[in-house]
Amino acid sequence: MIATIRSFIIPVGSVIFASLIGGIVLFLSGSDPIEAYAALLKGAFGSMTSITRTLVKATPLMMNGLAVAFAFKAGLFNIGTQGQFIFGAFAASVAGFFIQGVPPVFHIFLALIAGGIAGGVYGAFQGALKAYSGAHEVITGIMCNYIAINITDYLVNHPFRDTSPGNIVARTPLILETSYLPDIEGIPGGFLISLLSAVLVWWVLKHMVLGFEINTVGAGPDAARYSGMRVQRILLITMLISGTLAGLGGALEIQGVEHRFQPGFHTGLGFEGITIALLGRVHPFGIIPASVLIGAMKAGANMMQFSAGVESEIIDIIQALLLFFVTAEVFFKKMIPGMRWQKGEKLSLRAGWGGKV
Amino acid sequence: MDDITVLKLKGISKTFHGVRANSDVDFTLKKGEIHALLGENGAGKSTLMNIISGLLQPDKGEIFIHGKRQKIQNPRRAIQLGIGMIHQHFMIVPGFTSLENIILGSEPIKGVTIDFQQARRQIAILSDDCGLSIDPDAVTEDLPVGIQQRVEIFKALYRNAGILILDEPTAVLIPQETDTLFKILRKLVKKNISIIFITHKLQEVMQIADSISVMQQGVIKGVFSPEETDEQALAELMIGREVLLKNDYLPARPGKIVFEVKKLTVMNSRGYEAVSDVSFRVREREIVGIAGVQGNGQAELSESIAGLRKIKSGEITLSGRRMPALNPRKMIENGLAHIPEDRLKHGLVLPFSIADNQILCTYYRRPYVHFFGRNPKAILKNSRKLINRFHIKARGPEEAVQNLSGGNQQKVIISREFSRDSSFLIANQPTRGLDVGSVEYVHKQLIMLRDKGLGVLLISSELDEILSLSDTILVIYRGRVCSIVRKEDATMESIGRIMVRGFE
Amino acid sequence: MITASKAKTDSKDRIFFFLSGILLLSIILYSYWISPLVTVAILTSSLRQSTPLALGALCGLICERSGVMNIGIEGQMLLAAFFGFLVNVWTGSLLLGVISGIAAGMLAGIIFALMTVSMKMDQIICGTIVNLLAAGLTGYFYPTGINATGKLKAYSFPFLSELPLVGPVLFRVSPIVFSTIILVFLVHFLLFFTQWGLRTRAVGEYPRAADTMGINANIVRFYNIIIGGFFAGLAGAFLSLEAVGVFERGMTNGRGFIALAVMIFGKWTPIGAWGAALLFGLALAVQTQLQFDQVLSIPHQFTGMLPYLITIIVLAIFIKRNRPPGSLGVPYEKK
Repeated sequence: MIATIRSFIIPVGSVIFASLIGGIVLFLSGSDPIEAYAALLKGAFGSMTSITRTLVKATPLMMNGLAVAFAFKAGLFNIGTQGQFIFGAFAASVAGFFIQGVPPVFHIFLALIAGGIAGGVYGAFQGALKAYSGAHEVITGIMCNYIAINITDYLVNHPFRDTSPGNIVARTPLILETSYLPDIEGIPGGFLISLLSAVLVWWVLKHMVLGFEINTVGAGPDAARYSGMRVQRILLITMLISGTLAGLGGALEIQGVEHRFQPGFHTGLGFEGITIALLGRVHPFGIIPASVLIGAMKAGANMMQFSAGVESEIIDIIQALLLFFVTAEVFFKKMIPGMRWQKGEKLSLRAGWGGKV
Repeated sequence: MDDITVLKLKGISKTFHGVRANSDVDFTLKKGEIHALLGENGAGKSTLMNIISGLLQPDKGEIFIHGKRQKIQNPRRAIQLGIGMIHQHFMIVPGFTSLENIILGSEPIKGVTIDFQQARRQIAILSDDCGLSIDPDAVTEDLPVGIQQRVEIFKALYRNAGILILDEPTAVLIPQETDTLFKILRKLVKKNISIIFITHKLQEVMQIADSISVMQQGVIKGVFSPEETDEQALAELMIGREVLLKNDYLPARPGKIVFEVKKLTVMNSRGYEAVSDVSFRVREREIVGIAGVQGNGQAELSESIAGLRKIKSGEITLSGRRMPALNPRKMIENGLAHIPEDRLKHGLVLPFSIADNQILCTYYRRPYVHFFGRNPKAILKNSRKLINRFHIKARGPEEAVQNLSGGNQQKVIISREFSRDSSFLIANQPTRGLDVGSVEYVHKQLIMLRDKGLGVLLISSELDEILSLSDTILVIYRGRVCSIVRKEDATMESIGRIMVRGFE
Repeated sequence: MITASKAKTDSKDRIFFFLSGILLLSIILYSYWISPLVTVAILTSSLRQSTPLALGALCGLICERSGVMNIGIEGQMLLAAFFGFLVNVWTGSLLLGVISGIAAGMLAGIIFALMTVSMKMDQIICGTIVNLLAAGLTGYFYPTGINATGKLKAYSFPFLSELPLVGPVLFRVSPIVFSTIILVFLVHFLLFFTQWGLRTRAVGEYPRAADTMGINANIVRFYNIIIGGFFAGLAGAFLSLEAVGVFERGMTNGRGFIALAVMIFGKWTPIGAWGAALLFGLALAVQTQLQFDQVLSIPHQFTGMLPYLITIIVLAIFIKRNRPPGSLGVPYEKK
């Protein structure tokens, strides 16, 4: 019981504090924080359309949050979800316009699978680098993000450019309608798939042998080796699955929203995934509300910019603050003196460069 | 001997999270004496010394140095007051030279740089003064443990320490090194340095101390001089009940060979040969002990046997089958049980529950998995059974292992390793850091396992342990097995000599 | 044995570096003989490209030598570039711009130090927070429609700049490029020959040992992070005030992370890191030159990802061989 309360206090408290300080920043920069937040809320939840928009925005966030959280369980910091997401999106869009003449449901799944595989392979590449060479996944992940941006930029400019007359923008052709994700009962299909993914991730981590292995590698890598687990392979598989989740997120975004790949979309998503994973206490079911929250911020940002004249980058600042408060448990410990804390709740990441795996 | 009091503690109390580590402790150290503080692991000795050396603050009580009341807020203050602490785990920066380690924190400065010349001169003077030699330019991590300890002593002397505290200084030394240390301490005492000597080893106390304070559960039980007491009396006071100082177990009746190593050569992490051309065999119903000073290849040997480290050449045979290297699972499935040296790092996943730790090596097998994945019912059932059988003190199978005491953590490992159907056990330092009761327990379990028919390889730097449990003793020195002795032919002295020199 | 705490190298490695140094030097001399102008251009450009990397690596290694893993260098640089540029625009003084850039880098360092050292938060997450915060702040307060007001100009040393080859490369340079060279040697000297250096290295290897000798490990870490901020700040100022002349969103482009690879490649020593940075710079400069001469017709996207690829390769090959400071990434807590 106490544990449940505790797992709510920190995220909720973080949101409150981050918004407060964000409000101060707004005030100092000459905006009315109340007006801005009101516009934000209205933009996010004010109508059915805006709620749908929030859910649409939450979809890629949830997938990235799940990807980051999944890697966290093995002690890996997958900051490369952005690159995996981009490759996933690109592969899905290629599958979306390239494959023709298949029935709709089938096409949807083909494109999703293409996206998942592209993200997964890229994630596995980073996992292999970590597992077999010891290169730190944060640096390689960021490098891989830049590489993914460059490669897709090239592909979109040359081999896969939309050559329809009148187009001067570097982008792929529109995907076929057979690969569009439908809305189901007014809820975006992509959001439903991401909910399903959250349940799957929970099942794998909680009830599958692989989940036990991943948790062991994260909580005690040496003990994992001692007990006969193949740590390197588990790290690789973890990154493969994490990358698949991110890539799937990219595919959902293409098939559900964008319908074509255009360079420069969704930069910074990898960092948002980290915030969401931690805000959701690295638990799949915590990530669902966390991504809806951040999704709401993004959905409301336009309205805020439009009616309160506030630059939408304030969202980034609030997110950085959120990340700070979620991680700074000490802060809450001091505030709530009666609370007992258990060591095991702390996130265990590998310290240092980890040359040896 | 002068009768001047250099250090006096009055009514020191310290509580950690509701556990009393020290309660109302009085302690007096006279000038030029060696005062032993005797107590078993967890009696509160280290806490008391950390208070004196400024690492901890007492909740209550007063400290007097040379008759003046002092507050020791931090280690810097302790150093200023002339207190030098030699920790059980050396406080030596591994990559630094002896010189750098000695001057760290009290560097002589010339202009903007460190005056290495001046430092060298000072060390040379100290060296002559105390008759201790040291190579200032040697990198400390490459030095033998005894010499590293000497660097630690130099650190204190360099800061003009008048009070030297040694925390379990002989724990890592072999008998001959211990003798050298005792000679050094005698010399220092002649220079009017006062020494507090923390230990749980009774013979040493009788050998070196001028006075003895016995501590049990945070309380000083009495102060004696060695003449007015004996080992048996001290032991009872230290443990709080009557104890048997000697274990006499029935001799083994060895059967056929279960485990064999042939011409094994293993490299250490830095790429040097750590185990060279080692061959030995372990039979059923037999304990083979490996004696040796720490760092002579024991870690690499046990890791390679357990499948955790690459072997360069040689072969390992378990239950008649040749084993592939680097495959711990294959070893386990073929009947290996393993109590690892570093139980917190290798043996347990600390945030996990007792139940999950007890299936750490069998989690993928039935009945712990079924069609839908893991089978929590079977896992818990197994755990309840083992908790009862091995008397693990815990709230239940779901309790996290990190909340258990050291002894109970070791019991969790033992319950896991002993409950598997195995034929061969490696026990590497199975009793390190445990209290007397737990040590006894582990020893009994090892003997029981032997009598059940397993072959046991016991690696320990505690010579007592090796001598009392093993049926055959191997001595390892610089990665080579230098001697194989039957239990009946082994003496403490002969084995000790081989441990330091490689021959008798 | 490879030890991070001493500038020690295996004799094998030493021979390797010596030989490759000679090879590189002869290639440079040869190409100077063939075409002096192009050679000078390439060398000048590699020195410029290496500057922010070398400065970032100095920031990284001062933190890491005391045991703190700083992946927030990217954000520190970005903030510094931003504030340096703004102050330059407001005051019209490049000097004030550089100073406030440095101040911004150090301020970000203080925030990072408060989180990692005082609050003992996970160092990777703290670095991420700094990066996010920097991106957010520079994006939110980004003023549109400000015109550049010039950038730091190259200075020619009398006589020295007239020398062949080294003259134009080393003695006709802009101020931050030149100070970087001096700073590299200064930090190297400080790290290995002074009290500060000894204590920093001790804290990075084994903080408890330092603590028992009366050195407060957390204070050492705290001020080292701030000192590191100086270098990250200078790197940021270089980008906006010397290299480009204006601030652009995300203009650091991953240099803060590449700098960490440079630091590892250089085995956590300033001179080593500088050498690694120069190699990076050289690779970039040669690539640009080839592109410029139309010798190669590779799409710019591929040449653009060269530094990122090299970084991955460097990390993959060298992280196992080069040993990082012992306590890296672990917050120090007294018992």
